[in-house]
Amino acid sequence: MVEINLKTPLNESSVRALNIGDQVILSGRIFTARDMIHKYLCEIESVTMPFDITGGVLYHCGPIVREINGKYTVISSGPTTSERLEMYEARMIKRFGLRAIIGKGGMGSDTLSALRDFGCVYLQTISGAGVYLSNRVKEVLDVWKLAEFGESEAMWLFEVFDFPAIVTMDSKGNSLHKDILAYSTKQRDEIFSNI
Amino acid sequence: MLKLVDGIVELYKKVATSIPPDIEEALRNTLKLENPDSNAYKALEIILENIKLARKEGRPICQDTGIPIFSVKLPSGLVQRDIKEIILEATTLAIKKVPLRANNIDIINDLPIDSDKDSGMPIINFSEHERQSLIVDLMLKGAGCENAGRMYKLPDMSLNAQRDLDGIRRCVIDAVIQIQGKACPPYTIAVAVGGSRDQVTALSKKLLFNKINTINPSPTLAKLEETLLADINSLNIGTAGLSGAVTAFKVIIGAQKRHPASFFVDVSFACWANRRGRLIWS
Repeated sequence: MVEINLKTPLNESSVRALNIGDQVILSGRIFTARDMIHKYLCEIESVTMPFDITGGVLYHCGPIVREINGKYTVISSGPTTSERLEMYEARMIKRFGLRAIIGKGGMGSDTLSALRDFGCVYLQTISGAGVYLSNRVKEVLDVWKLAEFGESEAMWLFEVFDFPAIVTMDSKGNSLHKDILAYSTKQRDEIFSNI
Repeated sequence: MLKLVDGIVELYKKVATSIPPDIEEALRNTLKLENPDSNAYKALEIILENIKLARKEGRPICQDTGIPIFSVKLPSGLVQRDIKEIILEATTLAIKKVPLRANNIDIINDLPIDSDKDSGMPIINFSEHERQSLIVDLMLKGAGCENAGRMYKLPDMSLNAQRDLDGIRRCVIDAVIQIQGKACPPYTIAVAVGGSRDQVTALSKKLLFNKINTINPSPTLAKLEETLLADINSLNIGTAGLSGAVTAFKVIIGAQKRHPASFFVDVSFACWANRRGRLIWS
């Protein structure tokens, strides 16, 4: 399997060239956003942030981070379940022109349409690989809403290198999750018809 | 002499940073079954590397250090209240020392609550036993798989599930179809049948403490476990939901008595990182 190297910031044409099943290796800046950040950003009309997320890569992650010798150090930082963000993500992609969403478990039809309409992809990284993925964080560059939302829900800006992921939803309307759901549902019907 | 509070902090550390041997073996066996070119294989390689790194570096396998669930067996002479206080103190220490993620969130202000306050977290279940030792079992149950759990009441017309073993089978298959790969498969799946609603949810969680090579004392349920495991692995959801031969390592079924009007089926999932461990204190 060929691995595709991606370096942030991602441009639209390189994102649109990706297909489901592609294995990618990501380097550069990514920022975390989970439940509270999504709700907050979808409710607030204008917002001032300490760093710009426009055209960025959003990571569904609530990491463990500790301050060691005055520096934030990521202890464990695997993906959280993306499904919970489905009610917000299409709006986030549209508003911030996001080029990639990283998470686990896949997302639904609203997000899939937004990927196509605005030139974005969904990347699944490895669920539960907290230490492995935190070792791919070179540096914590910044954090937003730490005091207000807490460690897990804050928006962390990471500089990552060699961060592995698989394209499971592309910008052409394809979703590996949808395909696997369809196959497994067919299998279920087969089992049910024999019970 | 080592204090019990330190012993429980150590238990937290061990459970958060390592995987029980039965689960690690099951993951290694899964790797052998998958095609080396597949995405599931790639995911498994990283999962196994992550397990090695977590153990070596003493860091949590998963950033979600979960809901701590304690099952405590008390010898006569020990008081629940005292042990509970020690567990709450150990939890506060473990958050700093392991470290664990502060997962105890206040519903009103949305911020973490001090874990030494009695807030219902961690979950602690007490029972007594005849032996002289104190046995503390701990599971760190990730919330991704906690969210995957669901309860059915039979009969369920939408699944054509009646009040029999086939009905239970339909419910468990449906639960897996609903959750797909969102809760980090390969899963360990526990099913509790009967009782009242609170009893089946408590039992299905408790069953997840069982090692995955445990043989069900009921031959009928043991057979249903095997049938269901084959059913589920035929769905091809696979490791991390990337399609593959192994979606679950094990199905564990427990049954309780029920009221004539009730027939509940509760399905609990553990993610691949089914983190559990035991401290025996004599």
